[in-house]
Amino acid sequence: MTSQSQHFSEMMGQDSVRTPYVDYNAWFSRQDTARLSRKAQEAEAFFRRTGITFNVYGQADAEERLIPFDLVPRILTSAEWTKLSRGIDQRVRAVNAFLHDIYNRQEILRAGVVPIELIQNNDAFLPQMIGFTPPGDVYTHIVGTDIVCTGEGEFFVLEDNARTPSGVSYMLENRETMLQMFPELFSKIKVQPVSDYPKNLRRSLAACAPSSCEGRPTVAVLTPGIHNSAYYEHSFLADQMGVELVEGHDLRIVDGRIAMRTTQGHKVIDVIYRRIDDDFLDPLTFNPDSMLGVPGIMDVYRAGNITIANAPGTGVADDKAIYSYMPDIVEFYTGERAILKNVQTFRCSEADSLKYVLDNLADLVVKEVHGSGGYGMLVGPAASKQELADFAAKLKARPSNYIAQPTLSLSTVPIFTDAGLAPRHVDLRPFALVSPEGVNITPGGLTRVALKEGSLVVNSSQGGGTKDTWVLED
Amino acid sequence: MLGKTAGGLYWMFRGLERAENNARLIEAGFRIALTRSTNTETEWKSVIVTSAAQRGFTAKHSEFNSTNVIDYLLRDTDNPSSVLSVVKQARDNARLVRTALTTEVWSAVNETWMLITELLKNPVPDTDLPEVLSIIRQQSALVRGALHGTMLRNDIYDFCRLGTFIERMDSTARIIDVKYYTLLPSPSLVGSRMDNVQWETLLRSVSAHRSYRWAVEEDYTATNIANFLVLDRRMPRSLAFCAGQIVENLDYLAEEYNDRRPSHDMADRLAARLKGRDIHSIIEEGLHDVLGTIISDVGALGAQIEKDYRFNY
Repeated sequence: MTSQSQHFSEMMGQDSVRTPYVDYNAWFSRQDTARLSRKAQEAEAFFRRTGITFNVYGQADAEERLIPFDLVPRILTSAEWTKLSRGIDQRVRAVNAFLHDIYNRQEILRAGVVPIELIQNNDAFLPQMIGFTPPGDVYTHIVGTDIVCTGEGEFFVLEDNARTPSGVSYMLENRETMLQMFPELFSKIKVQPVSDYPKNLRRSLAACAPSSCEGRPTVAVLTPGIHNSAYYEHSFLADQMGVELVEGHDLRIVDGRIAMRTTQGHKVIDVIYRRIDDDFLDPLTFNPDSMLGVPGIMDVYRAGNITIANAPGTGVADDKAIYSYMPDIVEFYTGERAILKNVQTFRCSEADSLKYVLDNLADLVVKEVHGSGGYGMLVGPAASKQELADFAAKLKARPSNYIAQPTLSLSTVPIFTDAGLAPRHVDLRPFALVSPEGVNITPGGLTRVALKEGSLVVNSSQGGGTKDTWVLED
Repeated sequence: MLGKTAGGLYWMFRGLERAENNARLIEAGFRIALTRSTNTETEWKSVIVTSAAQRGFTAKHSEFNSTNVIDYLLRDTDNPSSVLSVVKQARDNARLVRTALTTEVWSAVNETWMLITELLKNPVPDTDLPEVLSIIRQQSALVRGALHGTMLRNDIYDFCRLGTFIERMDSTARIIDVKYYTLLPSPSLVGSRMDNVQWETLLRSVSAHRSYRWAVEEDYTATNIANFLVLDRRMPRSLAFCAGQIVENLDYLAEEYNDRRPSHDMADRLAARLKGRDIHSIIEEGLHDVLGTIISDVGALGAQIEKDYRFNY
């Protein structure tokens, strides 16, 4: 593939260490590498003992894995962050306005900004949500916006995760680990804290309680159970917020409200932060085979007696075909140009685009419209001839299932290896909380890093790791 | 607290207690096998019977020898009561109730699972057995220590303790029951070498061979040993002690919830069966029958607790 020098290095810049990394670099150059290696091993042992692990789907022995943690932080200046967070704020508001519109008057379709087929043929569009406004008019209570950087100040949004974005526990644990390992660093370099996230999450969720709620809202986290790949995160968030972690079979409907089975009888819940997909939420409304959800919860929801976060049907805003219209969507609802740029996207459903994509497959990244987690995607430059041919066949069979994007020259941040620092590609997932009180974005987010040299795939399921993300104080 | 959480805590501590009890049973059996050259089959068979694993064992093995029994009780994942199975189950339950545990308790359970899974990856050779068994017991002590040292004394704690003592009471009752015939006064055998070995094994399988000497200060006799294991409230694995603890933890729950449930009365009746009793009258009544009733009452009490506190529905 291309040589590393062609990629923007967030630490080294063109010829000198970039401003946000100057202090860190000075500290790093004074460190004994043997000590750092030891620290890295300690961190791994700590993660294992604490059980910060995830299960990999599609592996027979269902072994629990660690997401590798790299001890070199990814550092952003306060100015870079201000621009990013303004852009995310704008985008998140637009996504919420879009969802409200799509499930109500559909003005954006009538205006011809987004083609109606994208909604009509979209499995994530839920007819049950039509004409219904969720409590507080909030659809996406938690959003994780995937962002990549290609050069100085050049940020692009790669994906808007509006369903149930995960990874925030790693953001928090990574910072805790860094504080434990290198307390001296934090006394020298002022980094904006992230530890308020659980408190803010609870507050934000409580602020979206339905009007039927009396007194202090009861919040609960709904998990598919201990075998889910993100179970650790579910229990971590419930624990940090001080709320119950429930499964479908803990819940039932009592007097038209959702209630959880406690040792002292059933207790009403006002807000459910659900970490199960729409399809499994209610066997009476969606997948009848689902054992994970609560039969009848959609009726309770539509009667305005429970808040579900994120709202069902938000997936219609974050698939990769809708993504290509995001700049127009932002402009339509906010009246402003989008602050954050989109990556150029070819919709394979369009004949011209499909032809272009097939002709240039080896240079493009092709993704499934509804895919996630790095599954089912093709990275053209890294694919063999056979893989390209196989994928071309899939594309021709179901073009509307795919979009394609140019291979971005993702920025790099060094990771710590036994041979010293080595550049690796990164992305960034900041987390935004939405409530009637406003949008709250934790400074930084989760930096994912492709640990394999030259690799562009940062997903944990595909060999990616994580870094602590620092936003410097002014 | 969620009913499911109460159930997870209860079963987590039943599992940890069972792992520890299995380790003790194997240790006692292993010792007999070492000190006797022939006829260890009866001994290993009684170990299997005590851990209530006879049906599963005989489905896989025809011979009650040390290799088969040790492997079945330690490592066999087909045996839901093997150390490997119960430690995994305890850890799964700990994950399920993670929000109810302190970091110390959770880390101790998680570490126990990692360590024991690794230790029991391959069959354990006789040379390593004492060390493996001692690690299993140490880990169990580590979890218990974390529980005592870091957890609030609230309903969470009570459900943990209920699991521990229901499991322990059941286990002690089974151990005595399997060996009860050695406790029956039989003029021809009293004081013989045979009796002494059997009694010491019995005491070892509840880690009481040393505390017996301190507490009872008398030679091994059938009635003294029976009294110590059934009625002595100083002995933390005796039936009377377990029953007292169960009543106490249920009383705390009644106080915290301001509500008495059917399980409270059942526990009181169970404790009353042992309170103020004289071991001679129990032996006269028939030790085996008394133990049989206790085992079934403990089982019923466990089921009633599950129901009263809505573990499952």
